[in-house]
Amino acid sequence: MSDERTLDLLEAKIDELRTLNEADGIDLSKEIERLERKLEALREELYANLSDWERVKLARHPKRPYALDYVAAAFDGFYELHGDRIDGDDRALVAGLARLDGRTVVVLGQQKGRSTEENKERFFGMARPQGYRKAQRVMRLAERFGFPVVALIDTPGAFPGLEAEERNIGGAIAESLLTMSGLRVPTVAVVIGEGGSGGALAIGMADRVLMLENAVYTVISPESAAVILWKDKERMKEAAEALNLTADRLHDLGLIDGVIPEPLGGAHKGFERTATALREELVRQLEELGNRTPGELVEGRHRRYREVGQYRDASADDG
Amino acid sequence: MPIFKEKDYLRVDLDREPDESLWMKCKSCGELVFKRRVRENNNICPSCGEYFFLTAVERVDLLVDEGSYEDITAPISSDDPLQFVDRKPYPERVTEAQAKTGLRDAILVGRSTIADVPVVLGVMDFRFIGGSMGSVVGEQICRAMETAIEERRPFILVSSSGGARLQEGLFSLLQMAKTVAVRAEMAKAGVPFVSVMTYPTSGGVQASIASLGDVILAERGAMIGFAGRRVIQNAMSEELPSHFQSDAFAFEHGAIDRVVGREALRNELATLLGFFGEAE
Repeated sequence: MSDERTLDLLEAKIDELRTLNEADGIDLSKEIERLERKLEALREELYANLSDWERVKLARHPKRPYALDYVAAAFDGFYELHGDRIDGDDRALVAGLARLDGRTVVVLGQQKGRSTEENKERFFGMARPQGYRKAQRVMRLAERFGFPVVALIDTPGAFPGLEAEERNIGGAIAESLLTMSGLRVPTVAVVIGEGGSGGALAIGMADRVLMLENAVYTVISPESAAVILWKDKERMKEAAEALNLTADRLHDLGLIDGVIPEPLGGAHKGFERTATALREELVRQLEELGNRTPGELVEGRHRRYREVGQYRDASADDG
Repeated sequence: MPIFKEKDYLRVDLDREPDESLWMKCKSCGELVFKRRVRENNNICPSCGEYFFLTAVERVDLLVDEGSYEDITAPISSDDPLQFVDRKPYPERVTEAQAKTGLRDAILVGRSTIADVPVVLGVMDFRFIGGSMGSVVGEQICRAMETAIEERRPFILVSSSGGARLQEGLFSLLQMAKTVAVRAEMAKAGVPFVSVMTYPTSGGVQASIASLGDVILAERGAMIGFAGRRVIQNAMSEELPSHFQSDAFAFEHGAIDRVVGREALRNELATLLGFFGEAE
């Protein structure tokens, strides 16, 4: 974002002045204070009026914290588990055991790479059938021992490629949904960045679904929607608006349960705070769900998803 | 089956405008073929064997015992929850599709018998916004399964869909979860589910309900897959085999149980349902 660059420059300038201030003993504190106020005002203005497309870019921001960042900061002692027990280990979908507020949980998450090198392994967080089958295997493990499941969603979508289709990626997503729908333990899903279509939902059919404030969740990327529906790849801004993909909007529509606030400028501008907010919300949700019997959990989940949809009575149309 | 003098009919002058009501041009072989002959041949090109699309009504006719179909498609219609406008408003697309197909949305649901076995049958219609699954299609599939559970009839779903209805955004995506939730109930109740994949079964439909049949059949000529060929080529610039996402591809990789010719589908279902019936 070009406006974001302006803010970064200003921030760097303030840091520079601060260094000077300390080094030379010249009193610049007034100037620093003035610039800081200006920075804050600019930031507020910029982020209070984000368009949906800018929100998409923020959700994909290269500095945005990824699943394993939250796993390290909001959980204790993550112990990663690998492999689908059939034909491989997908590094785009991580899974493992961790402790949260003194109890064991199973954590799943799509993991993007920070660098080109990392993305050769992580495929930008686009999971393959091996990933969704690992998720199922680890969810069943959670169920055996009564561990709640926490899913951190951050993916542009499932991996679009020959080898994924050969291994029936669609079938793997469907089976993942079926497994998740029947889990006899509490489940919470949080969209931390990009919630891209079926590849995101595959680990998102939870009892509670939350989103970070600047995350997006959508049936199709705005770019693809622009091509398919507008027949014009430049119209992704319109597509982003039309899709209603922001956390606040989806909360208003009743499709998600809550929005976890981020610092001004996005999660990467105050990671510790975001991770703490995430942790506290997870603990609160799991505490509430903890009062339910396994049967109540499954029944409640089925009722929740059974009711999704909006349609109108058309019996009068036929006359 | 009556024998037409095919060659006489098919060698007509291609430059001449064909009579709309009697003739059609096969997209696959380019031949002009007699429409009635096509219909009598299960909508298969008599010249090259290409399968033409079946409307939901034609599909029902093909599969069920004559006179046994009782439509139970719920009287509901799309509500445009996002007030979605792309090149045209979504309600306009729905109205056009309704006018074109005579359907309320992209699926028909009914009770019927197949070789005297009572079933609940859901049939998708690709002509209705690509057979896409939004709130209405999701709801119809769920109600169909609930009827199947209640009346202990096997459920048969014939898919023909490009995936989720984009104009309903996340509402559509979540129909995947909705249909899966009811599918789980059907499994618990011990009611059999046969999924029949036809051309095409892709995206969110393939990645949810269609892939969760106790038995999955594919009609010959089906296209089965999650991400489209073009999407994959754009994203990965990958060389794709010519039979990519075909019935043979899905079979070879274990995604489906059997591939069945259109003309044999009814008998195949009858045979299969026989295994799930009560002991004599």
